[in-house]
Amino acid sequence: MGLRGTAAIAGIAEWKPQRRPPGPYQFSTEQWAELAKAALDDAGIDPREVDGICTGGLRESATFVPSTVAEYLGIPVNFAEFVDLGGATGAGMVWRAAAAIELGAASVVLCVTPSMPIPPAPGGRAQNSGLGASSGLWGSPQAEFDIPFGNVAQNAGYAMIAQRYAHEYGYDPRALAKIAVDQRTNACATPDAIFHGQPITIEDVLNSPMIADPLHLLEIVMPASGGAAVVVAAADIAKRGKNRPVWINGFGERLAFKTPTYAEDLMRTPIGPAANRAFEMADVKPADVDMVSIYDCYTITVLMTLEDAGFCEKGQGARFITEHDLTYRGDFPCNTHGGQLSFGQAGLAGGMSHVCDGARQIMRRAGDAQVRDCDTAFVSGNGGIMSEQVALVLRGD
Amino acid sequence: MPDRPLPQPTPTSQPFWDGLRARRVLLQYSPSQDQWVYYPRNRAPGTLAGDLEWREVSGNGTVYTFTVARRPTAPAWAEDVPQLIAVVELDEGPRLTTELVDVEPDAIRIGMRVRPVFSDEGDVTLLRFAPAADA
Repeated sequence: MGLRGTAAIAGIAEWKPQRRPPGPYQFSTEQWAELAKAALDDAGIDPREVDGICTGGLRESATFVPSTVAEYLGIPVNFAEFVDLGGATGAGMVWRAAAAIELGAASVVLCVTPSMPIPPAPGGRAQNSGLGASSGLWGSPQAEFDIPFGNVAQNAGYAMIAQRYAHEYGYDPRALAKIAVDQRTNACATPDAIFHGQPITIEDVLNSPMIADPLHLLEIVMPASGGAAVVVAAADIAKRGKNRPVWINGFGERLAFKTPTYAEDLMRTPIGPAANRAFEMADVKPADVDMVSIYDCYTITVLMTLEDAGFCEKGQGARFITEHDLTYRGDFPCNTHGGQLSFGQAGLAGGMSHVCDGARQIMRRAGDAQVRDCDTAFVSGNGGIMSEQVALVLRGD
Repeated sequence: MPDRPLPQPTPTSQPFWDGLRARRVLLQYSPSQDQWVYYPRNRAPGTLAGDLEWREVSGNGTVYTFTVARRPTAPAWAEDVPQLIAVVELDEGPRLTTELVDVEPDAIRIGMRVRPVFSDEGDVTLLRFAPAADA
């Protein structure tokens, strides 16, 4: 069942995340084209070989997104996916691309997440709703049953998950803070990270303002702007490319709710079944991986992913984090680019940054943050509020 | 500062909101599945059974989880911090998103017994919760 591992990530491109990019800005289609060209150049693949695309939403085009992209690029395709999985979009694109390639539906698939601002519209800006991932439109369950109580955007939802976790399993704030600290160490070895050159301590995290109990400011991802692109190619094309092919050997995807209030079991996140499926498909065990790149919108997300994906027992995440060095030079390298907490969360490109992190390590291009002999990576994506999750197992030859 | 958004009932959910306005908590129930359902739907989640009916419940429950939001979750709540956002598990089983009232932030505990509080806001009545008398 599943992938045979004959499609590979052949090229990647990322824009350095920025808090307030100075501009001038480009439209999403223009960003798409720039990122696509950069990733294809990185792979050594001619744009005319592209026959598939995976795209998320475009700021200036709400519907008919894939055909808008194909037309703009001037590249007709045989496979076009509009992927709407929030932070899991990047990882979700990559397995869809691999599946399409293994089916013979396409041979080179562009997966692109432009996440820079676009030029302001003449006559004023569209107003941000301030509702984050929540839909305030009439008839949306969130508009009717969640938003009116202030359960809006992400902080409150993740905070309530963390509070329940504390109730059931106990809570070690220092262990949670250590996730952010170790990742910051990784960012300090990654020049493109938004917090490069700014190390922090556990005390810094615990002394940062409490935003929503028990989440401190430095445990919460900071929104940024940027962009990322990944080229997935069939084996023959990947093998003649510039990079060591990063084979996509396993994937899993799971989603069951939008708002965690309605999760059947809030303490068993969807990454559990997704990771199990990915490991089984790849015939890899958690202990076999050389590095992990785990979606880290909040520190609690990392802790619960480590548990539910099988890197440690349920309820033992804090101990695992305390006993292991999560830096690139440690015994359990995690988020070697700094994670989104320290690399930066540039919209959908934030989720894709974990794919790039894993691929870069297997390509042996992580520079000062390179993990020795890195051949196997586990990557997770997480959209909404632990709502939609994707796991990937990536391997080098 | 934008107004706090209020629910706009739909044809499916109207009985729930009508119930709250009358100080009654109505939940949907599927007899064939012996399943209580929240939020209101046209079919039972999971089985898609078409036998949902409205039944009145006490509205009593326990705090399943909560947070004290020290910073507003959205601009409309800028004047309302700290926000006491919670998930309450009703005695019948369903969980709902709500806010806690008549309680100090430091006194909130997971597992705490709570009772319904009917808050009229404009044309609708919101279901909030306060500590039960015996809590």
